[in-house]
Order: sequence, then structure tokens, then C-alpha cells
Amino acid sequence: MKYVVVKNNEVIPISEIPVLEYGRFMETIIFTLMNKAHNHCVAYFGFPSENEVRLFCCIADDEQHVIYVSSSVVEKAQTLSSFTAKNFSFEKFEREIHENYGIKYKDHPWLKPVRYPFNSADKTQTIANYPFFNIDSEELHEVGVGPIHAGVIEPGHFRFICNGEQILHLEIQLGYQHRGIEHLFLERKKLLQRITLAESIAGDCVCGHTTAFVNLWEGLCNYTAGYDLKFARTMALELERLAIHTGDLSAMCTDVGYQLGSAVFGRLRTPIINFFQIWCGNRLAKGLIRAGKNNYPFTEDLAKQLIDLIDNYEVDFNEITKKLFTLPTVLARFEKTGVVNLEQAKMIGVVGMSARMCGLNRDIRSSHAHDLYGELDYQPIIKRHGDVYSRAQIRREAIRQSISFIRKLVKKIPSAIKGENYLSLPSADSFTISLVEGWRGEICHCALTGENGELVLYKIKDPSFHNWLALAMAVRNNEISDFPIANKSFDLSYCGHDL
Amino acid sequence: MLSQGKQFIPDVTKAKVPGIFRGRPVISGVSVNVQELSELCPTNAISINPLCIDLGKCTFCGECAFAFPDKIKFTTDYKIAANQRQKLVISESIDEPVVLKPELIRKEISRYFSGSLKLRQVCAGGDNSCELELNACGNVNFDMGRYGIEFVASPRHADGIVITGPITENMAEPLQICYDAIPDPKIIILAGTDAISGGIFAGSPAINRSFLNKYTVDLFIPGNPIHPLTFINGVLDLIKKRKDV
Repeated sequence: MKYVVVKNNEVIPISEIPVLEYGRFMETIIFTLMNKAHNHCVAYFGFPSENEVRLFCCIADDEQHVIYVSSSVVEKAQTLSSFTAKNFSFEKFEREIHENYGIKYKDHPWLKPVRYPFNSADKTQTIANYPFFNIDSEELHEVGVGPIHAGVIEPGHFRFICNGEQILHLEIQLGYQHRGIEHLFLERKKLLQRITLAESIAGDCVCGHTTAFVNLWEGLCNYTAGYDLKFARTMALELERLAIHTGDLSAMCTDVGYQLGSAVFGRLRTPIINFFQIWCGNRLAKGLIRAGKNNYPFTEDLAKQLIDLIDNYEVDFNEITKKLFTLPTVLARFEKTGVVNLEQAKMIGVVGMSARMCGLNRDIRSSHAHDLYGELDYQPIIKRHGDVYSRAQIRREAIRQSISFIRKLVKKIPSAIKGENYLSLPSADSFTISLVEGWRGEICHCALTGENGELVLYKIKDPSFHNWLALAMAVRNNEISDFPIANKSFDLSYCGHDL
Repeated sequence: MLSQGKQFIPDVTKAKVPGIFRGRPVISGVSVNVQELSELCPTNAISINPLCIDLGKCTFCGECAFAFPDKIKFTTDYKIAANQRQKLVISESIDEPVVLKPELIRKEISRYFSGSLKLRQVCAGGDNSCELELNACGNVNFDMGRYGIEFVASPRHADGIVITGPITENMAEPLQICYDAIPDPKIIILAGTDAISGGIFAGSPAINRSFLNKYTVDLFIPGNPIHPLTFINGVLDLIKKRKDV
């Protein structure tokens, strides 16, 4: 057997995962991905022991709705053949493995640091000495931006190589936000601490990451979430999507100098996040999602307030959207700007909204449905052009879709079950994987437990891990002045990447 | 677009927050198992002997109020900014607003900044929740700009720095460079629980908070994330003209 087949949130004993010789492991994984766009790698990480690292690779099959998991044990001092040379989507995974454990690859294009973690294998590397790609030419100049940016956003460094106004190459250097979250997941033993950590992975995607954690944890504790918990999580995910897409349309208007759109979309976001506060006491839904319990039952009264809010939202949203998508000055900036084509997207292994904007159908809600998505008759929204305009269209349509889901969900409100459901101890010597479609795309959390059921490894992957490279590709040959709008149209996470 | 109506909050100092906002907590005199209560907290914000909650450590998750509803209540009072770290510690049976101590506010703050305060924000490991709320302070609803308070792009144009996040090792140097680039006199504001104490990241080997040992912090604004009203009211209180001092 070359791999074990699991479903989203399934828990299996670690002993069921085959351990292959590295050459055969690589062959298996590369073959599984060859010419199959519906298969992609959702997690590839190492579990270290003293001198060895056990590499786990998880390939999601979107057609069969399953995940293939395989592994191989290699020595830290070994020099290996890279997956990247055969399939480019492993580029960052292998850099991460190299950075964390010191494993070398002989045919990887460039084993650059990913995030300068506190526990990296080579402590001599510091973030101030990142090895940028450069081109020696008198015609070209470099532009460095960050880590601190002009606006109130997270830190990251962008290095452009330009020919006049035209961007030839962009390199994105991250790591400034590294807080050691994966390590803290093991160190902090209380469930509430771990949930608080999950809520802090990316504060703009609280519902996405927290749902991924609680689904994983409940699986490990052999607890089946009831309708009320699934309802709350699905509702929260759709509200978060609605709020963030609205805010991002506002920011996109700002970046093309369309003040009216910026103001109107900006204030339209306010009642949505205020609804989170009415529901759970926090505008970004921190505190709402808990493993095995729900502190804030969704009541008939909340449903009524939400529907009133959505009805009002929709009128104003339709009015401003119609203006935005017919305004020549806006369209001139949106269309054919920041293009990623289907071939590039497949090569990079792009996920979520950034995949669906260029014809690549990747959406966990339909391919590995969790919570109530199996019952919602969900159809992914696919666009073809891969430009800023496609990303704006996806946001517009995702907002309408979220509204229709919310309307559907409130027709069947769960009876209020409040109070504590005590979770049993997590299963011992187990592996589990949890996939959730956050508003950015696929969120993947993996866990390994030891002989007493204690966490021995917690691996988090935000969709931004893949998608940052798509942004770097998108701006090539664009004017540097179009970078802000291209960047905002993706709106990727720094802290979700840096962990 | 007239149909959009007026969207701004007329008086942000008196606005009511909707729903069940978790603001300043009140600890009653009821006797409970304090050991259990303090162990519940994910960030050790609750200490015993004497019993108190440190808002600089609190993540406002509200779990203590669920477990001990007679003991702890979170009120909707969002004015919880202080200029002394100790003022963020709420003791048992105390139900008083959190206020700034005027004597500790440097004279130049109201002299130079009361009508116009330009701030440079530095996110140093913040999870983008405080950053979203700081941006919301400037939107058409909260409209912080009406008081002359704005975020600016360059530290050279700024009168102070607003730090969010627990301050990661990898951001320690950029933060210092940015602070040094701001002309004197300048203020430091810590926004959010992560910035004030490290929050859930306190003690993480990936953070480096040595910057804070070097300078006096002018304003602590608790929250996870901070509420825009907490931020705006806190800053207004800091920079307002005071006659008696």
C-alpha cells in the first residue's frame, strides 16, 4: 500500500500511514498529482525525532472527496532529490522543511528561508540578510517596500526589479509576523488556550481557522458536533466571508481612487461585523466558536435582526455595485491588471478564491464538505480571466451567494442547547486532518498525538502559504503603480503565513 | 447616493455599543472557588489574593463570566484605556470607570497634539484584527479624522507610534528604526492585549519585547481586538486640553 485514504476530519492511528522509502514516496506523490488538476497537495510537513524526520504528505482528491496520506522517514543530514524539480507546487513546502530541519535538496531551485522561525535549523540566518534575487543591469532599478507599509496593515517586504515603470520581477519576503504559534499549540495545554491561539492565527479569518481547529479537536476526542454547533460555524463562516469581501471591495475602491465606493462599501461592512458583536460580543467573532459547546445560541430574535440587516444591506449593496461595475475609470484599472493564468495557477498550486478567479475549481465547501455545506447545495463561483476584475467579480458574487446561504440557514434555526459538553481525552497515537474553506480559501490543520493522547505536532497552513507567489507572478509586466490594487484584490494574510 | 443617508456616529464619546459587548468587567463580592476561576483564564489575567482581572492580559473571551456568572460580569463600558499599566487591573467589588491620571500626562501632549495628532502604526506580530479596527476608526461611521487624529504613512510626519501585536523577534528592529525616525516630542500607544502584555503569546520564544523596557508608554488601550470607540475615546482623553493641571 502506497498511501492511506482518509476523509476530511477523519482520525486514524499513525501506524496506518505507510512508511515508504524516499524514492518510492516521491514517485507515489508525483504520480498522484500528474495531469490531475483535481488533486493537489494540502499539507507536506515533517515530524522530527533526534536525527530523523518523518515526512507526511497529504494529497486532496477533489473528485473522490478523499485525502491520500503517505510518509517517509529520512535522516536530517541527508541530501534528497526534491519534489519541486518534478512538481513546482512543492517549492515552498520544501523550503519550509529545509528551514525547519536542515534537510538539503540537490535539485531545488533556491532553498530560501520562508519565515525565519525561532527554532530554525540554521540560526545564523537573520531576517535582515535575506538573499534577494537580483539582476545586474544599468537599465534596471530596484524598489524596496516594507516591512512597515504606508497603511495600517501587517508587515512584509516587497522587492521590485523594474524597467522604468514596468515591474520585471517581484519578490515577497515574509516572516516578520512569526509568533511561534505551532510551537505554542503544543506548549499551552488548556483547550481554551489552544482555541485562543486558533483565533489569533489570522484575526481577519477568525471563523475559518477556529472552525478548522474545533473540527479537528472534536474529531480527536471522538465527539460528533450536533446541528446547533454546525449551524453556528457555517453561519459564522458565511458572515465572515460577507464582511471581509465587502471590506475588500471598499479597499479596492480606495486603491483606484474611487472615494464613493470606498466610503459606501466601508460603512456596509459595519452592520455585518456589529451583528457578530450582537451575537457573541466581539466584532470579529472572537469567542464565538468553541469545541464541544456553543456559548451563544442563535435565537429567533437574532435571525430576525439578521434578515432585516441583510435586506437593508442588499439594497445599498446593489446600488453601489452597479455603479462600481459600470464606471469606466474603475474598469480601466480593474481589467487586465494583475493577471494570473490557469497554467501558472496550477503550477503554483493556488487555492481558494485566487484559484477560482482563473478557472481552477478549488473549494473545500464542495470537494471536502464540512459542517453544513453538504446540505447547502453549494456551487463554486468560477471566473476565467484571472485579473483584478475577476477577483472583484468573485467577491461581488460570493457576497450574493453568502446572503442566499444565510437566508437558507435561518429557515432552520437549531433549538437552543446551551451548556457544557464535556469532551473526552484525545485519541492516542493518532493522525487527523481538518480542511475548511475560509474566505481566502483552503485552511488546513493537521495534528499528531502521542501515546497519552497529547499533541506532539500541530501543523497549520493558511491559503496564503500558496497564494503569495501568485501575487508575485500577477504583477509581472504591470506598472508599479498598479501594485496596490493587485495586492488588495488578493488580500493575502501575513500572520497566517508566518504563524 | 443621497439614499445612503448620514452614516456617522454624531457623538463618539456618548455612543452606545450594540448587543453584548464585553467591556470593563465588574467582580462581585460573592464567594466562589477562586482557584478554579483563576485557572480557567487562558492568559493568567485573573489573579487571587486579592482577586482581580488584568485587562492588559485579558483576551475578553468571557469564559470566566460564563463559568461564574454571579462573580464576574462584563459591562458594555468601552472606555477602558489608561495611562498607567496598574489602572488596567480591576479589583473585586470595584465598579468605577477607568480614567487617565492627568498628572502623568506630559505637558507637551496637550500643548502640541490636542487639535491634531498624526500617528504611525506599527504591526509587530498583530493578527490583523486590531489593524482592521484601527482602520475602522477612520471610516465614515467612526470618522476619527474629525478630531484631527489620523494615521500617516511616514514616521517623519508622525507625532507618535501605535503598536499592535506582541512584538515579534523579527519585527523588533524595524519597530526601533520606525520609532527613531519620528521627531520629538512623540508618544507611544499600545493597542490591544497582545501589545500590552503579549496576550496569549506572552512567553513565546519568538517574541522580543525589549523595546518596551526603554520607553514610557503614554496610553494602554486594551481589547482583543480594540473597539474603535475604545481607541478614539482613549486618544481624545489623552490629548484634550486640561485647565487644572
